Amino acid sequence: MENRKHINSILLHLVLIMGSIVMLVPFLWMILTAFKTISESTQMNPFVMFPSEWRLDAFESVMTKMSFGRLYWNTFILMLGRVFFAVITATLAGYAFGRLEFKGRNLMFSLVIFQMMVPVQIFIIPQYLIVSGLGMLNTSFALIFPGLVSAFGTFLLRQSYMSLPKELEEAARLDGCNIGQTFLYVMAPLTRSAMVALGIFTALFAFKDLMWPLVVNTEQSTIPLSAALAKIQGQFAANYPELMAASLLAVIPMIIIYLFFQKQFIQGIATSGGKL
Amino acid sequence: MAKQAKQKGTNRARSEFIWGWLFILPTMLGLFALNIIPIFQTIYQSFFKAGAFGRGNVFVGLDNYKRMFADESVWQALINTFKYAVVEVPFSIAIALVLAVLLNRHMRGRSLYRTIYFLPMVAAPAAVAMVWRWLYNSEFGLLNHLLNTLGFDSVNWISNPNTTFVWIAVVGIWSVIGYNMVLFLAGLQEIPQDYYEAAMIDGASAVKQFFNITVPLISPMMFFVSVTRIIAAMQVFDVIYMMMDRNNPAFFKTQSLVYLFYRYSFVESDRGYGSAIVMLLLLVIMVITVIQIRMQKKWVNYN
Repeated sequence: MENRKHINSILLHLVLIMGSIVMLVPFLWMILTAFKTISESTQMNPFVMFPSEWRLDAFESVMTKMSFGRLYWNTFILMLGRVFFAVITATLAGYAFGRLEFKGRNLMFSLVIFQMMVPVQIFIIPQYLIVSGLGMLNTSFALIFPGLVSAFGTFLLRQSYMSLPKELEEAARLDGCNIGQTFLYVMAPLTRSAMVALGIFTALFAFKDLMWPLVVNTEQSTIPLSAALAKIQGQFAANYPELMAASLLAVIPMIIIYLFFQKQFIQGIATSGGKL
Repeated sequence: MAKQAKQKGTNRARSEFIWGWLFILPTMLGLFALNIIPIFQTIYQSFFKAGAFGRGNVFVGLDNYKRMFADESVWQALINTFKYAVVEVPFSIAIALVLAVLLNRHMRGRSLYRTIYFLPMVAAPAAVAMVWRWLYNSEFGLLNHLLNTLGFDSVNWISNPNTTFVWIAVVGIWSVIGYNMVLFLAGLQEIPQDYYEAAMIDGASAVKQFFNITVPLISPMMFFVSVTRIIAAMQVFDVIYMMMDRNNPAFFKTQSLVYLFYRYSFVESDRGYGSAIVMLLLLVIMVITVIQIRMQKKWVNYN
């Protein structure tokens, strides 16, 4: 019996390790290629997986062709802007939808739900026309624009407020707090984990957004990482070390953040994704 | 006294009304400007054709729709999108569920495995597509490299019109497994341990436990994941935009509906036609979702 358990455990790890290899190989290949020369990268000797020498040439060349400082900054502003607006507006609206009774509430909330059920592409042309009408193409504002409010975040925060006990609110009211104070001092601090979940979710999907940045920002100096990668693909043609170096530079910051905060990431995705 | 209480009640109601609307105002203003009104604008736009140089809208009635129904590339794109979804969704769900079950126990390396499987989720899809394109490269890619070493012939992974959709879906599966797995792990935590203990006493095998306890009890989460995954898969764009060049022989057999939408709306600036394509996408997604909701009674177990 003990022995069988042991074998099962080894088998289990074997399966999981094989799966892990499949998950990691693309990343490893990205790293290995980025340190090779072009001719090394296209060599077909299966026993030469590693670069003969770990060269930084591809990185240097990519960094002169693309201004990564600018790209990181644009991406950071895109993420920060969307997180800031989504968390603030959704926290306010989530409280009202979850805890207050007022005329028009259900109708307005059904619009929130409706927005979540429609494919986002339906909004893109009119949103583009608004941004271009405002003369705001090629700005940080344009990148943030579709994320100024979040129907999904509103829904998530509402669920979170609804799960809080009623007594807390009543106690605050008996202490003479009005609704605004009750929200600010008592209720909002209790939904911090939902806010963090929404923040992570929003930041991650802002980072991954590709179509919207491609549409609104066409100037080199205003695009985020995702769009920049799409653009270099044609330019660098078959220079795989450079393509992989650029990809690596684009994914590394998020991966480092993820490795540091993986608990929050996974928790955040589990709570927000599961409610969607 | 009663009057006073009533007075207090109406005061409370009034203040909830004022605060309530004040709190939802930013969200509702944004929602109307960014989402609700644009839906109607897109519908409206689908009946128009942009004039030369993007100036002026010419009303064309149902012309965009007629053109769409006669457009072979739209039908092909719809089929391509379905084929992508048919591969991506079931496999990403099944693999993720098995992984979640394997990881839902106290074991060494549990959180390391979880971290690894979730990793693709935090990579930008543009970078993911780029590295996979490199792996799939028919001359110098790692995959053909390995096949040749093992004595097999090279495969045209992403240029064979008949099979490319499968390999594109593999990228989708690889990218999303960790996400689905995390959701399933959250769902599995809710299943009471007693069920498994009782099954063990009855001598049920692990496989039996999986199909008789785990699957029924996780079915609401599976339903949720499959609904959201199908909706997302029907909107596939990034990986196709990044991996498929227009001169790729498999291009026509892989371009998705959203890719067509993007091309017509923003490359060819034919927003009326782009809008009509979005309306088709909306219709297809709604029909699939309604069918799924109807079918859920057959397999989803709510207790």
